[in-house]
Amino acid sequence: MTASEFEPWNDPEAKPLIHFQNVTKRYGEFTAIDDLTIGIYEKEFYALLGPSGCGKTTLMRMLAGFETPSEGTIRLAGQDIAPVPPNKRAVNMMFQSYALFPHLSVWENIAFGLKREKMPKHDINDRVDEMLRLTRLEKFARRKPHQISGGQRQRVALARSLAKHPKLLLLDEPLGALDKKLRQETQFELMDIQEKTGTTFVIVTHDQEEAMTVASRVAVMDHGKIIQVATPDRIYENPNSVYVADFIGDVNLIAGTAKPNGSDTYALSWHEGHAPLTVQSPNPLSDGQNCQLAIRPEKVSISTEKPEQADNAVQGRILDIAYLGNLSTYHVELPTGTMIKAQTANTRRIARRAYTWEDTVWLSWTATAGVLLAN
Amino acid sequence: MRSFVLIAIPYAWLLALFLVPFAIVLKISLSDYAISIPPYVPQFDPETGIGALIDALDFENFIWLTEDDLYWKAYLSSLKIAVISTFFTLLAGYPIAYAMARAPAEWRPTLMMLVILPFWTSFLIRVYAWMGILSNEGFLNQFLLWTGLISEPLTILNTNTAVYIGIVYTYLPFMILPVYSALERLDGSLIEAAEDLGCSRLSAFWLVTIPLSKTGIIAGSFLVFIPVLGEFVIPSLLGGSDTLMIGKVLWEEFFSNRDWPVASAVAVVLLLLLVIPIVLFQRNQQKQQEAEQ
Repeated sequence: MTASEFEPWNDPEAKPLIHFQNVTKRYGEFTAIDDLTIGIYEKEFYALLGPSGCGKTTLMRMLAGFETPSEGTIRLAGQDIAPVPPNKRAVNMMFQSYALFPHLSVWENIAFGLKREKMPKHDINDRVDEMLRLTRLEKFARRKPHQISGGQRQRVALARSLAKHPKLLLLDEPLGALDKKLRQETQFELMDIQEKTGTTFVIVTHDQEEAMTVASRVAVMDHGKIIQVATPDRIYENPNSVYVADFIGDVNLIAGTAKPNGSDTYALSWHEGHAPLTVQSPNPLSDGQNCQLAIRPEKVSISTEKPEQADNAVQGRILDIAYLGNLSTYHVELPTGTMIKAQTANTRRIARRAYTWEDTVWLSWTATAGVLLAN
Repeated sequence: MRSFVLIAIPYAWLLALFLVPFAIVLKISLSDYAISIPPYVPQFDPETGIGALIDALDFENFIWLTEDDLYWKAYLSSLKIAVISTFFTLLAGYPIAYAMARAPAEWRPTLMMLVILPFWTSFLIRVYAWMGILSNEGFLNQFLLWTGLISEPLTILNTNTAVYIGIVYTYLPFMILPVYSALERLDGSLIEAAEDLGCSRLSAFWLVTIPLSKTGIIAGSFLVFIPVLGEFVIPSLLGGSDTLMIGKVLWEEFFSNRDWPVASAVAVVLLLLLVIPIVLFQRNQQKQQEAEQ
């Protein structure tokens, strides 16, 4: 895998395969997509992530051709696709409900799109066999959709949408109907298949873990707007807004006012009578600007003694412990009333845990552990 | 024990209301015509017993049905009228059911109500109303004369055309309801998937909608075909002297000729003819249930 080298979005020469230019979609009074401009590159695995009703499904349905933009243009390989009906687009979609034809066998389902293309018979046979092999469904070719399991149905849907070798594959919550274990396995299968076929994938999901696992880039959406588009690690470590920080994973937010203190370094005064916090943050802030420190729970260390040489240390009392097996999350209340979550790996058995409810502990983190986000 | 009781109730119902009357009709069909009340000689006399019954047993009434060509012509003509009118009912009913299934969900109960509304008035009155519409001085002719499309009134009443109109009108709800219920269950994303995979609207309809509403089409067709085959009221009120249907023949044999044995034989043969489509219909229902499991 060469994920570290695959970064066409950083290459000014690269032309996106799909280009949304100032696209707006309105349903009566309601604006589903609000003046949106994005580019999706070839061979990318692009995730649209957001809560339900954020417009991500509308965006996908516009790509498939089931909706047309009210304003703006969508280009696929340089060509405006607005006048192209769904059945003429080199785009295929895997539906959330899978939408397998119940009256056709697995084999016929996969061959459905190829037959519409009037492909010669032996080519259809070869292509369907290739798809069956790719999705490991050879044994089920003769079965009807209601005779196979949910995970197998998901693979049939994938095989059917890939069979026509589309330029772009759209996946609408593809793993939503699977249970957690199967979902995780299937995520890796999806990535594998995407790499093998070299198809551009756009996935719609509300599951941030899924988006982070499979995608080369994640677009976080809210109310018809794109809030941030970045690689999963940048989305997680350098969110550009409180919304993104809060939506992706767990986060502690500490409000305060920033005071520049050297290059990229700020002193955050967060509560009277407490020493300001030292934060190194890439987002530029002016002197005295209101902002929030966003810091992930796993980047906060917990100890009984005040740690030496920590950039930031605060004292508090353990109010709650969420035991997750591999991890424990401590909910620590500071004297100011602020609640901070600290997460540690349970490297020892639970009976040997050093702290328990009502214990007074120290929380500490480095200057680079969090980011400052303007309100 | 409980399941036995549960099964026994419908079987008792069938026995009392179908098998017993059928046995009586069968018995009359085997007896001889007589001028008396009732107009036949009972074949079975408790005093002479079963032996005398078997000695005197003949199928003369059934043989008579084959000798006079009126009967098999009437059976064939009924079959033809039933097939053609089932086809036209499907042709008229499918688009209505499709439009109902595609209508906004809040409209559907109202539309359903409109489909079954005609049942609230007497069937006879509705057929008489068609006589008023289709007669030479009827509303249809008056309207067509008024628009200038025709200069002479069309003769529709008392022809086979009027019979087809009456049958399609009367049996339309029996076609619409099963087709609608099949179409309503159809997942809209299947049509989108078909379009996404390269189908035009029309081919998506042909390759997905029609096959998936097949069970509804079959159920509706049988629900129309079976009763139309024995239909009597519509041909006798709207049809002419050349409209030959077995239901009408049966009625005339029974009430005009008062030949109960022959009328019973006609009824027995009609029932046997109906059993075939009914069995086919049952098998279709069974297959549908199995597919849904």
